[in-house]
Amino acid sequence: MVEWSDQERSIINSIFASLDYEDIGPKALSRCLIVYPWTQRYFGGFGNLYNAEAIKTNPMIAAHGIKVLHGLDRAVKNMDNIKATYAELSVMHSEKLHIDPDNFKLLADCLTIVIAAKMGTAFTADIQAAFQKFLSVVVNALGRQYH
Amino acid sequence: MLRDKEKKLIRELWERLIPVAEDIGSDALLRMLVTFPGTKTYFSHLDIRPRSAHLRSHGKKIVLAIAEGAKDISQLTVTLAPLQILHAYQLRITPSNFKLFSHCMLVALACFLGEDFTPVTHAAMDKYLSAFAAVLAEKYR
Repeated sequence: MVEWSDQERSIINSIFASLDYEDIGPKALSRCLIVYPWTQRYFGGFGNLYNAEAIKTNPMIAAHGIKVLHGLDRAVKNMDNIKATYAELSVMHSEKLHIDPDNFKLLADCLTIVIAAKMGTAFTADIQAAFQKFLSVVVNALGRQYH
Repeated sequence: MLRDKEKKLIRELWERLIPVAEDIGSDALLRMLVTFPGTKTYFSHLDIRPRSAHLRSHGKKIVLAIAEGAKDISQLTVTLAPLQILHAYQLRITPSNFKLFSHCMLVALACFLGEDFTPVTHAAMDKYLSAFAAVLAEKYR
C-alpha cells in the first residue's frame, strides 16, 4: 500500500490538471525513441523513424504519445490503488505487446525531463520527488503481471 | 560511443555552464538527495539543506569536474585518474548511485535550458554522463 502525503497528492493533481497532453505526450514519446533508440523496436509499423527530425515530426508517434499520456489519468484518479487499476494493462503490455518492462522506466524518465523543461525552475526538487514517486508506482504496476 | 559531433556539442555546452557551476551542481545534488533519499547516507558529514554553503560548494566541485572531462572526452581516463582513486579507495560510493546523480543532472539541465535541452542534446549528455560514471568506477575492482 503506497502512502501519499497531502502535499504529494496535491502536486500530482496539479501537474496533471495543467498538463497540455497534445504537447507533452508527443514530446515524451519521441524523446524516448531518440535518446534510447532500442525502444524503436516496438514501433515497426509507425513509419519513418530514421532520425531525430523524422521521429519528432512523425504523426503516428505523436498520436501514440498522447494516448500513452492519457493512460496515466486513471492512476491520477486512483492513486490509492494503482496496482489494481493497471492489472489489465500490465497483462496487455506483457502478453500482447511484449514490451520489456525495463523500458517503462526509460519513458518515465523522459516524461520527467520533458515536464522539467516545460516548468523550468518551477519544477522544484520536492515536485520532482513526488512526480517520480508517482511514476515509479505506475511503472511498478505495469510490470507486475509479467510472468 | 560518442560521435565527434556529440563530443563537440558536449564540450561547448559544459563550457557555457562553468559560470553557473554552483547553481547547476547544487540543484542536481539537491534533486538527487530529495528524490532518492538513500543517497543522503553519503553526506552525514555535510550540511545538505537547500541553499547551504556545503551543497553549493560540493555541487560546484562536481560540475567543474564534469566540465573538465568534457574538454577532451577521448582523454577521460587520464583526466579522471585522481578522481578514480578517490572514489575507489576513499569515497567508495556504490556505483548505482552515479546513475541516480546523472539522471538528476539531466533534470537540472532540462530546467535550466528549457526547450534548448533538445532530445539530441539529451541523448549526447546521457551518453557522456554514463561514460563519465563508468570511468569513475573503473578502479573499484
